[in-house]
Amino acid sequence: MDHLLDNIVFAIILFAGIGFFSVNVKKLIRNIKLGKSVDRSDNSSARWKNMALIALGQQKMVKKPIAGFLHILVYAGFIIINIEVLEIIVDGLFNTHRAFSFLGGLYNFLIGSFEILALLVIVAVVIFWIRRNIIRLQRFWKPEMKGWPKSDGNIILYFEMVLMTLFLTMNAADFAIQHGNFAENHHYITAGAYPVSGPISALFSNLGYSTLVIIERTCWWLHIAGILVFLNYLYYSKHLHILLAFPNTYFANLNPKGQFTNVESVTNEVKLMMDPNADPFAAPEETESDEMPEKFGASDVTDLNWVQLLNAYTCTECGRCTSECPANQTGKKLSPRKIMMDTRDRLEEVGKNIDANKGTFKEDGKQLLNDYITKEELWACTSCNACVEACPVNIDPLSIITEMRRYLVMEESAAPVELNNMMTNIENNGAPWPYNQMDRLNWKDEA
Amino acid sequence: MGNETLYVPTMAEMMASGKTPDVLFWVGCAGSFDDRAKKITKAFVKLLNKANVDFAVLGTEESCTGDPAKRAGNEFLFQMQAMTNIEVLNAYEVKKIVTTCPHCFNTLKNEYPSLGGNYKVMHHTQFLKTLLEEGKLKIEGGSFKGKKITFHDPCYLGRANGVYEAPRELIKKLEAELIEMKRCKQNGLCCGAGGAQMFKEAEKGDKEINIERTEEALETKPDIIAAGCPFCNTMITDGVKAKEKESSVKVLDIAELITNAQDL
Ligand code: SF4
Ligand code: SF4
Repeated sequence: MDHLLDNIVFAIILFAGIGFFSVNVKKLIRNIKLGKSVDRSDNSSARWKNMALIALGQQKMVKKPIAGFLHILVYAGFIIINIEVLEIIVDGLFNTHRAFSFLGGLYNFLIGSFEILALLVIVAVVIFWIRRNIIRLQRFWKPEMKGWPKSDGNIILYFEMVLMTLFLTMNAADFAIQHGNFAENHHYITAGAYPVSGPISALFSNLGYSTLVIIERTCWWLHIAGILVFLNYLYYSKHLHILLAFPNTYFANLNPKGQFTNVESVTNEVKLMMDPNADPFAAPEETESDEMPEKFGASDVTDLNWVQLLNAYTCTECGRCTSECPANQTGKKLSPRKIMMDTRDRLEEVGKNIDANKGTFKEDGKQLLNDYITKEELWACTSCNACVEACPVNIDPLSIITEMRRYLVMEESAAPVELNNMMTNIENNGAPWPYNQMDRLNWKDEA
Repeated sequence: MGNETLYVPTMAEMMASGKTPDVLFWVGCAGSFDDRAKKITKAFVKLLNKANVDFAVLGTEESCTGDPAKRAGNEFLFQMQAMTNIEVLNAYEVKKIVTTCPHCFNTLKNEYPSLGGNYKVMHHTQFLKTLLEEGKLKIEGGSFKGKKITFHDPCYLGRANGVYEAPRELIKKLEAELIEMKRCKQNGLCCGAGGAQMFKEAEKGDKEINIERTEEALETKPDIIAAGCPFCNTMITDGVKAKEKESSVKVLDIAELITNAQDL
């Protein structure tokens, strides 16, 4: 009967874990949909290709060869080892042990490779930890990486170390039982290959059957519980990228990086202004009369489009963008990573506000501009696209900076004085400097 | 080298005599007004003349593309400029544009089409490369044989539009030694002028971007730092001056390299 109890407890943990996760996924999708619409339904073949190469194939990760290689180990290891989770779920629900062992030679091969991968994951994760905490790679020690972002990075590494250690310890105990000739063993069949945990099991050589079973069971339970906790941790962590990298690379911008969007509402107004046949005193069209005039640019997350919001949730805070940013390298406040982190934090705040107020947003006197991202940061950008190029999951911090500049200039007329001068010159004489348009060809005859 | 020899017809003159040139040379604001950039403009025109290219300029009918306004966030001003320019360009039935400024290049090529301006737009390095391939222009090493040249990728030519090879191929044709900086091509470091920064003081920091980039260029121990953008040219020239290296290191546009090599 106690087996039945085990199965029930297992089922409850499993469904609670998955259930709670899906609640958060729904919230995530709702928050992303707070963004404005943008059409990314074109050219699906190029999009699939990007996803395959950049998310699945990690094409941009290996630009930094050491980090890239270690990341592939952890990534491949983690995904492949999770095939094992399938077996754990079957075993947990149906009270079997190593339900897939009927695969015979293939099973041995699988378990053997999982073990080797698990060891490699541990090694890689330890190196990652050293890079962050002992070598203190610069990009992990920028101002925006204090507090939670710093802990988050380490917690993820601890999680991975613990999960892999549990997996190997579980197998080591199992191996000891399989080879221990215990008369009382009827449950632990001889199956699997244990290249890593086999040697480890030497540590268990003096233990009796029941102790080994306790070790094996404890690790087994903690392993699956840990995975479920980790799954639910994702929503609160930069680690969301393991899921969102896929849609994010799929929906990423496919146009040349230098091409900024042309704001459509502006196009309509400019056309009207330039149309000699348009009646300047004509009343605005009826349909528009009770709509709020559209705001230009972005001062808050809801002014951004949904791909930009998806970007914010996908950002894994690696700082590759920031370490390539010319403004950041020369000591300016701007950090493209911070732009993404701020966008996510503000979006979360807006989401919580909506949850607390029964589904509608209650004005909280805050916005993305000023409360999170300052003008000083925005005006330091050279629009060089180095951040966009560097991001291993095709995030576009520059597009957010541009939208916020648009708000500053078109809604608040808050450009720096020199830029206002430049723009006045363009308006008056068709050049950013105070030269007369009629002198444009003078160079031809100058000595 | 008298400037009398420059032949620079305008679109209006062409039209008056019933001709449509093959290509419009978009000079740009820097190329028209900035003293340093005007030299690049003239160098390029010399090459166009030498290769007998059937071209014209808009002259006084040209106006800012609106690029700096757009990067600063002033979409209104940008689109006003764009639509005014498009009216002029379309009235002359322009099909093909070449420009010596990567910012004009990017805007004309990528941002004008959805506003009604569809042209084949080329950067002058791409254009010169095709002239070379068609045999209309010959490049000889001349005075640059064996010299060390490093090329600074303009953001709006390189990363923004993926053009990395055209300028490099031209440099190699000079029989010069092309040395790459630590950060080049996709990873090239900005000169600091883009995004309308050219027109304002930088925000508070501990270094100017153009100094950072110039130091990187100087690390390659070049005789010449080659540029493909009038703004990069200014920024790096200033950097070289700040490093007091102007007597040993020249900053030249690719078009100037080619004209200088042949003593045009
Ligand atoms: S585009 Fe702006 S934020 Fe991005 S790297 Fe360049 S200067 Fe930094
Ligand atoms: S935007 Fe991209 S490169 Fe920058 S920190 Fe986030 S994931 Fe890394």
